[in-house]
Amino acid sequence: MKQMSDQLDLTVDGEGSTADGRNALLEIRNLRKRFGGIDAVDGIGFDIEPATITGLIGPNGAGKSTTFNLITGVYRPDGGTVRFAGEDVTGFRPNQLAKRGLVRTFQITRELNEMTVLENMLLAFKGQLGEQLYRSVLPVLRREVVEQEHELLASVWEILELFELDHLAHEEAGTLSGGQRKLLELSRALLTNPEMLLLDEPMAGVNPSLEQHLLERIHELHGEGYTFLLVEHDMNVIMEHCERVIVMHQGQILADGSPAEIQQNEAVIEAYLGGEV
Amino acid sequence: MVRDGLNDITSRISVEAIRHQVEALRYRASRWSLGEWFGVALVLLVVILAIDLVRRLVVGDIGPSTVGTFLWRGSVDGLLIALAAVGLSMTYSILRFANFSQGDLVTTGAFTGWAAAYVVAGIGVADFGTRFFLNPDRGTSARELDMHIFGAPLAIFTGLIVAAVMTILVALAIDKLVYKRMRNAGGIPLLIASVGVALALRYIIVFFYGERTRGVTRSSPVIEHELLFWTDAVDAHQLVVVVIGVLMVFSLHIVLQYTKLGKAMRAMADNKDLALVTGIPTERVVLVTWVLGAGLTGMGGYLIVLEQETLNFNTGWFLLLLIFAAVILGGIGSIYGAIVGALIIGMAINISLVWIPSDLTEVAAFMLMILILIFRPSGIFGGVETA
Amino acid sequence: MTADDGGRLSSLAKYVPGFLTASDDRPRWLDDLRLILLATAVVYLTFILLGLIGGLSINGITRELQAVTLLSASIALVVLALNLHWGYTGLFNIGIAGFMAVGAYTTAMVTASPDARIPGLGLSLWIGIPAGMIAAALVGFIVALPALRLRADYFAIVTLAAAEVIRRLYNSSSLDQFELFGIALGTGSGRGIRDFPNIRNTVSRHILYADPGGPSDPYPWGQLLFTIGEEFDLIAFVIERIVYTLFIIVLVILVFVLLTRTANSPFGRILKAIREDELATKSLGKNTNRVKIKAFMLGCAIMGLAGIVWQGSRGNVTPDLFMPIITFYIFIALIIGGSGSNAGGVVGAVLFAGLLFDGPPMVERAVNNLVDLPRTNTMNDALIGLANLDPEVFFGYVMVQMSSLRFMLFGIVLILLMIYRPDGVLGHRNEPAAAIDLRKQQAPDHEETNEVDETDE
Ligand SMILES: Nc1ncnc2c1ncn2[C@@H]1O[C@H](COP(=O)(O)OP(=O)(O)O)[C@@H](O)[C@H]1O
Ligand SMILES: [Mg+2]
Repeated sequence: MKQMSDQLDLTVDGEGSTADGRNALLEIRNLRKRFGGIDAVDGIGFDIEPATITGLIGPNGAGKSTTFNLITGVYRPDGGTVRFAGEDVTGFRPNQLAKRGLVRTFQITRELNEMTVLENMLLAFKGQLGEQLYRSVLPVLRREVVEQEHELLASVWEILELFELDHLAHEEAGTLSGGQRKLLELSRALLTNPEMLLLDEPMAGVNPSLEQHLLERIHELHGEGYTFLLVEHDMNVIMEHCERVIVMHQGQILADGSPAEIQQNEAVIEAYLGGEV
Repeated sequence: MVRDGLNDITSRISVEAIRHQVEALRYRASRWSLGEWFGVALVLLVVILAIDLVRRLVVGDIGPSTVGTFLWRGSVDGLLIALAAVGLSMTYSILRFANFSQGDLVTTGAFTGWAAAYVVAGIGVADFGTRFFLNPDRGTSARELDMHIFGAPLAIFTGLIVAAVMTILVALAIDKLVYKRMRNAGGIPLLIASVGVALALRYIIVFFYGERTRGVTRSSPVIEHELLFWTDAVDAHQLVVVVIGVLMVFSLHIVLQYTKLGKAMRAMADNKDLALVTGIPTERVVLVTWVLGAGLTGMGGYLIVLEQETLNFNTGWFLLLLIFAAVILGGIGSIYGAIVGALIIGMAINISLVWIPSDLTEVAAFMLMILILIFRPSGIFGGVETA
Repeated sequence: MTADDGGRLSSLAKYVPGFLTASDDRPRWLDDLRLILLATAVVYLTFILLGLIGGLSINGITRELQAVTLLSASIALVVLALNLHWGYTGLFNIGIAGFMAVGAYTTAMVTASPDARIPGLGLSLWIGIPAGMIAAALVGFIVALPALRLRADYFAIVTLAAAEVIRRLYNSSSLDQFELFGIALGTGSGRGIRDFPNIRNTVSRHILYADPGGPSDPYPWGQLLFTIGEEFDLIAFVIERIVYTLFIIVLVILVFVLLTRTANSPFGRILKAIREDELATKSLGKNTNRVKIKAFMLGCAIMGLAGIVWQGSRGNVTPDLFMPIITFYIFIALIIGGSGSNAGGVVGAVLFAGLLFDGPPMVERAVNNLVDLPRTNTMNDALIGLANLDPEVFFGYVMVQMSSLRFMLFGIVLILLMIYRPDGVLGHRNEPAAAIDLRKQQAPDHEETNEVDETDE
């Protein structure tokens, strides 16, 4: 019976979503996910325009990480649709989405512990020749693979220096501190050459000077046309750096607007800001 | 008129309702997971086989007594597997690893129990060593000791108790020596260690008893009684297996449902972290797990030998995959599931003889297990992990 | 830089000077070779010593050394394949015996004579061996395709069960003889298949003699070997065996190079990443399923090859050659050496075959030659002896039981390793996951002059 009602909802689609958004990069409609008895994500919808920085906020357990997991195919949605760059990608696997340029980082970092920082970074490049087994093992073909590795390595050093991780290049990722892992994950995600980045609390545990650095970098990338959706707990960061803020509460969207609007929204203050202060 | 109208309405309503139902079903089917499709396919297969069985009965391909025998043997095998499967399921859910030495705990129970039975039955007939080492020089035989349930009931009963006690002691010793040092090592290191335990245990038994297969009981006496409606006669030893098996399963149920420790065990099987937080004495629960699990396993091993009359150091190891099949069928972590799973496996390896040759029945059971692991890792009942 | 990459000193290596000690400067393969030779030297010295005590002739000792080398190399072949599955990719495959069986049986069925009791296709080994490997890879595909998303312990149970299904199918009387598309074939059920080439003899004779049919007309290198052999009184049979052993060693080297290249590449990087965290790897856009299936099939093909040239090389295959215990030999060997490292795997294979598997019988022979122990046949007699203060009787029993006692030893070693040295006797080792040696790479502006070196083979 539960599923029937899902279907009914599908027909009255679009109520919770924002404007038409024909040229939106990411379009979410009526997304839902239940865990046991909890509606972790309860029919949310929004559009993300290209080349924007959007903040996704909400108290712990609001469903932000679950939303990310639904968008990026980690979980299968119970209902609703996800469109990316005009294509219906609902239920696609994470690698299919990453291939299309929708890349995410995790709240709890998922660095590859026994791999060195360099190996972690090298992994990220898309379409490496040597990912084909035969190219990697056959004598003549392998030469090209080796060549490409040198090229890739050059870009890796570049970004490692940018994130001040170069002195850790040979360390195994498992030995890094929490903040360093966050940086590693973000820089690794950037190396995939994404179109849009979903960052789940990228600043947690990163020291303030690096955080500033990181934000600058995000702005820079934003200027280059990258799109960001950002979960963050630090209100100052959200209010200063996001053009738009979406507030989630108990699996639903409570408010959606400019930082200034959000700061004045009664419901938000009550459910979230009020609760915290 | 009024009645007609009512009829009309009710019929329309019911048509509506049916259409709704169908819609709902179709909608649900469209989003069925692989596991649900597999479940449906499995049910269909079982239904088809059942129909075919009935057809064969009607046509006279097979006699009702054959089916009766299959069912009876199925329950015997099922209960024997169940005793071992309960132990495996308990360690899987509470200690969180697949214990590959479970089969050799079965063997441990078989050897220690029958050694005790021989020691008791052979008093005055043969010297202690000959009895304890289960007739190593072929100096005294099962015939000489009259080793069957009516010939030496006291010895056989003593053996059952000793099998349980010794298997418990061995399991606790292993836990202290091996698993306790690796409590937080994760499922795979523990699994590998349990393979080591299996090898060590099996060949310690070989060191004491050698590699030869020995007959340790006389063939079972036969009981004829009109209460045994499904067949002309029944092996007394099989009846003993069934009676003790049912008794043990029932006792286990009582322990799990009505004692504090049993409830704690169920809680811990469901969620170890939760149990830690709420202060259930974890190591004590671990102890009880081994006591209950290994006790039943040891008895199982002992009874297997009573039923099949012969004993070999590989007796339990060869059963391991069937035991796993039972646990997986019933849903890993569910003790009741393991029992039901074992009964299904027992029935399946006997009734499948209707369709496939005897050297492939276990293959069928393993295939079923593989398919379930792949499509419905939560077991055929697809339920929550409860003890 | 930590010692991790360079390979920590094994406890044995600590006492060995010069070339045999580890060093970061040496290329990795030389370091690997050093460890393997060291382990081999330990085993050889032990065997020569035990052989001398056991009263063996030169021929006898050479045969023992040949036998242990052949076993080590055969096991190493499978260990390398398992390392690809488990060590690199984290696929906990305990169905090795099954994939070996598919390789050996397929080769036997393809090459057996069509007129034999169990008829085959009668094709040459040139077709039979690749066919066996491909068949093993395909069975690997069938098992892996649905099972790859399973938890490691479920995957283990599935692969073990699959191996048993395979073995029992070969064992089943219903497949003893059958027709496939009108061609008569068969598995020979419990008795197995006999009438196909004895690979051990065929290979060594092809290498030694111009006319393999009649061993009379050796090639120049064959002649050279026989001349050297005569110096040491070695009979032709022993030389043939040595040649076959060398053939297997060459296979091991080829597979070693193949798998090391696989590991040291972007492909291997994905494998390693899957082992660490599959979801993270997927989130970086890698199609982990496809990569896993490729790696699994490659490993299965190598396991099939090992089934052909090891268990299936003696001119007959039976289901009993592929009992699950074979799988556990391989696991013990890999865990001794430390999973994740190819050199470790080979070292583990040498130590397992030498010290654990073939060692105890050598000890038994040596002891029996030194002291005249009574043959005690039962534990009962042994304990009676002990009670009569006659320990010889007891030790006599221990010697009689030696070949089964070593299985107890396998178990105990496995337990001790899992508790005290889960990374193996060599300590934590890892294959670098890049086609270039990352250890030597520096950030470009630290030292502009630091030229890119030539370490990438
Ligand atoms: N895998 C899961 N299983 C069960 N419940 C989950 C799972 N993931 C999230 N939840 C629940 O869903 C709700 C939303 O969680 P989450 O999305 O992580 O919130 P946020 O990231 O906003 O803090 C919480 O109540 C959480 O307990
Ligand atoms: Mg979160």
